[in-house]
Amino acid sequence: MSPPIAPVGWSRWLVPPAALSIHLSIGQAYAWSVFKPPLEDALGLSGTQSALPFQLGIVMLGLSAAFGGTLVERRGPRWAMTVALVCFSSGFLLSALGAATGQFWLIVFGYGFVGGIGLGIGYISPVSTLIKWFPDRPGMATGIAIMGFGGGALIASPWSAQMLESFGSDTSGIALAFLVHGLSYAVFMLLGVLLVRVPRPRAEERADGRATAPAGPRVSARQALRTPQFWLLWVVLCTNVTAGIGILEKAAPMITDFFADTSTPVSATAAAGFVALLSAANMAGRIGWSSTSDLIGRKNIYRVYLGAGVLMYALIAVAGSSSKPLFVLCALVILSFYGGGFATIPAYLKDLFGTYQVGAIHGRLLTAWSTAGVLGPLIVNWIADRQEEAGKHGAELYGTSLLIMMGLLVIGFAANELVRPVHPSHHLDAVTPEKGAPDVRRHQQSESA
Amino acid sequence: MSDDTSSQSPPEVKDRRPLIVFTWLWVGTPLAYGLYELFRKATQLFTD
Repeated sequence: MSPPIAPVGWSRWLVPPAALSIHLSIGQAYAWSVFKPPLEDALGLSGTQSALPFQLGIVMLGLSAAFGGTLVERRGPRWAMTVALVCFSSGFLLSALGAATGQFWLIVFGYGFVGGIGLGIGYISPVSTLIKWFPDRPGMATGIAIMGFGGGALIASPWSAQMLESFGSDTSGIALAFLVHGLSYAVFMLLGVLLVRVPRPRAEERADGRATAPAGPRVSARQALRTPQFWLLWVVLCTNVTAGIGILEKAAPMITDFFADTSTPVSATAAAGFVALLSAANMAGRIGWSSTSDLIGRKNIYRVYLGAGVLMYALIAVAGSSSKPLFVLCALVILSFYGGGFATIPAYLKDLFGTYQVGAIHGRLLTAWSTAGVLGPLIVNWIADRQEEAGKHGAELYGTSLLIMMGLLVIGFAANELVRPVHPSHHLDAVTPEKGAPDVRRHQQSESA
Repeated sequence: MSDDTSSQSPPEVKDRRPLIVFTWLWVGTPLAYGLYELFRKATQLFTD
């Protein structure tokens, strides 16, 4: 399947809906918890077991994004979106079969393994294409798509819950719900497959095969791993995500504990409302902050995420329990920075490494997300448990966690400060054949070998 | 010569606006539903 080239007059505003149809679908992964209680009751599973399909799915997301990125760059967005559609929908269909026959391993394999490949390939599928269509506003373009990943859970959560209510929570009801999910997402994602186009190529190579000087850096995915910039951004993303997850993971018990000993305690319903509000901030940050980065620059916006993030955490630690509006406001800002960090990173990569294999480089960088996904909850939960054992309660349970999060953000801030433009020796053009002229095609062949 | 001139005229560009509206509605409608449900839930923070 060759990359579909846009015909003359094709509007670039048709590309974000193509990307959104994929990201709004695969974002369903974050609404997996809706299926957990019915699965536990119907198949006699523990909470840990019912989380397995989701956990394997996230592991496969990271692995397929990291290892499939170069293939996505080579085969193009339509191929990648087709793979995402087939894998993600098949995952649900296999899960339907697993639920109908009472075979939980089939749900883990279907949703987690097969569906997880769809998550990873789908996540990176539109990134490179969007950046090429919107070279003037790459932050906004990737922000729209990555906002869709957050939006996917908002759609799936009430939708799946309503479906389970209608079909019933026994094995046949769950199987039917999985079946409807698989078929619906296949139809919804098909729009992206049919709609996506790559921009018409610029004449970058001369008739004799020698390249003219390309605009901006051109660094391959393999070469990017050898640069300090890649690893500095890995640290930046990892610390920013860890800090965000630190709040997200314990949001409901945290707000309850912070105001447990005050005259205005927070009820379980209000805590659920707080979690919903955090999701909104996460989504708004993805499009809002990422678009802002087009105006103030990528390095500056990460200074805001990481520097102001420290300030927000400090405010929660010092005065959070004295004022509910202050606590909520600081948490919302932190979550908006968390979303913004995700959405701005592709544009930052584009600035440093160019558009040549930016999707593949982004895929490799997502391993920072996987690491943070383990690190963030581990820190907050482990410390809260130890503090509880030590007889502490209320806001005191989180004091050490907040300090660690601030420390992580400071490390991220320092890593961002160290980011410099990539040395030209890493650029594709640095591989020079006889007479010193760049031979892009030869280098591309060696990279893809 | 006149043939050459006519073959060089720019190709007719299709109006993509209906397609743009349709595709944005395709993705915007479920997103609006998700946001509506989200804000319904979020208001519980202030009403409870």
